[in-house]
Amino acid sequence: MNSKKGMFAKEYLWRTIVTICGLFVIVITLVIGAFLVYKGSGTFLKFNHTIGEFLFSADWAPVDNMEGGGSVGTLIFIVGSLSTCGLGLLIATPFALGSAIFMTEISPKFGEKFYRPVIQIFAGIPSVVYGWVGLTVLVPAIRNIFDRQVGHSILAAGLVLAIMIFPTITSVSADAIRSVPREYRMGAYGMGSTRWQTIYKIVLPASASGIFSAIILGLARAFGEALAVAMVIGQTTALPTSIFSTTKSLTTEITAQMGNAMEGGETKTALWTLALLLFLISLLFIFLIHFLSRKKPETSGRAAKKSIRAKMEAANEQN
Amino acid sequence: MKKQFGKKTIAVTMSVMCMVGLLTGCGNNASSTGSDGSDDANLTGSITAAGSSALKPLVDDAVDAFNEKYPDVNITVDAGGSGEGLKQVSEGTVDIGNSDVEASEKLDAAKAAELVDHRVCVVTMAPIVNKDVTESGVTNLTKQQLIDIFTGKITNWKEVGGADENIVLITRPESSGTRATFKKYALDGADEASNKSMETDDSGVLLQNVKSTKGAIGYVALSYLVDETGVDTISIDGVEPTLENTYSGKYPVWTYEHMYTKGTPDEVTQEFLDYIMSDEYGEKMETLGYGVSSKMQVKEH
Repeated sequence: MNSKKGMFAKEYLWRTIVTICGLFVIVITLVIGAFLVYKGSGTFLKFNHTIGEFLFSADWAPVDNMEGGGSVGTLIFIVGSLSTCGLGLLIATPFALGSAIFMTEISPKFGEKFYRPVIQIFAGIPSVVYGWVGLTVLVPAIRNIFDRQVGHSILAAGLVLAIMIFPTITSVSADAIRSVPREYRMGAYGMGSTRWQTIYKIVLPASASGIFSAIILGLARAFGEALAVAMVIGQTTALPTSIFSTTKSLTTEITAQMGNAMEGGETKTALWTLALLLFLISLLFIFLIHFLSRKKPETSGRAAKKSIRAKMEAANEQN
Repeated sequence: MKKQFGKKTIAVTMSVMCMVGLLTGCGNNASSTGSDGSDDANLTGSITAAGSSALKPLVDDAVDAFNEKYPDVNITVDAGGSGEGLKQVSEGTVDIGNSDVEASEKLDAAKAAELVDHRVCVVTMAPIVNKDVTESGVTNLTKQQLIDIFTGKITNWKEVGGADENIVLITRPESSGTRATFKKYALDGADEASNKSMETDDSGVLLQNVKSTKGAIGYVALSYLVDETGVDTISIDGVEPTLENTYSGKYPVWTYEHMYTKGTPDEVTQEFLDYIMSDEYGEKMETLGYGVSSKMQVKEH
């Protein structure tokens, strides 16, 4: 058992197991992508709709049978998703950036000991809770404050999304800010900068790519959110005219219809195409994040620090 | 280093053993419950059903009651929608396909002809409104008024004798069976104004939204209205939406709920279908807000 042979056998055994696990994840991702393409392409191949109609028409009336013949314009959902997520981002980003700066630059000790765990708890709250609270608090509040008959609106969905993505943006941008080398700040102070000047002119630009990644991560989460949005958006198949309009988003339409539509029918196929569209959008977000975090040389400091830390940890392990 | 590795191997082995233990544990449980029940009933077997989510609560309840009599019959009920239920029963994947609509509406004629229809119950759909609408005096609508409201021609309650207040339409998604029934029998086939109505994923949420939105009108099955709900029903052409009025044929917005089997059902499935349509279960059915098919005085619309 203690022979060299046994050691090698284990070496190869575990290496094989780990490699299989790694490959498995890649295979699953590819299979999901391929499956969505297979299911979603039916709208164009089997039911003969054009990509132009799918993306740019606001006429959504697919038929729930195998023959098809309805219309599958999804512009309403695309606009709905973009407007709710955009609004959410507009509301959340300033707060998230402010609190990230607060917890790293202004009050790092309090930030590390108290603020950070709170943000983490915040991030862990399930979306259905946000949706429910939104429905019982936010929707009546909008109805009363703006004196409207219906409180469900893009505004309500945007606010719920803003609260949901706030912790994501905060913690990722706090990491980015924290990874700016200490020497940068020391240098800035040495030149006689105030703290605000240091933050504004040195720290933020140096961590800009990380902050953009944080914002895109937040946007990706907002785009994928279905349940919470479905509860407060009001689900009307119409293009929104103001932030008080009720409309639908990509995810809410899928959840609303998938339970009743027949597999292989035009409605279900169109829903698969919507899912494919969501998959492509999230791919785009991931590419954007990679592109941004590679582009700026400032991140090299972060990468170097990471690799040093990794080396030190490796050394500790050996001891 | 080597010692640590050994420990890990042991840990892995132990956790695998635990999992194996769990699995066999489950196996034991299942077989013991099976043998427990075998002395008070001799009917054994399993039934699978899928389809309509509107019918599922009733089927679930019937399964519980049926299993008290015949504990050895294992019945699985899935939702998935009427179309999915019909498709699966037609392909032979499930024994029973639950549907809100006739098979011929979803399947082609040849496939629909193979299926045997069992009309297990009657579902009555009622228009419901926020309490402020009935307080302002609207308790009855003519069918034409109802159609005009749901197609977006009438947009204010004052046009039908109520207060000066906008009408808020709260409906169900296009693929919903409730919506299909309401459209067919209450709106005479007229298309709802999708671009003016708020859709809700299920009837429970719809009820909640009508309750909390002033001037709102929607529709649900009577089974959602058996408990006090905080909304009011509206009469159509002076007829209240109740089970009695449905039986007598006065109230038009109802449909049979279908449980389809492919060809003649096997013994166990037949027994279950007989049970759910029996007088004994019928009483329970009515307390849940569903109508008993055999009490219908008009058989067709």
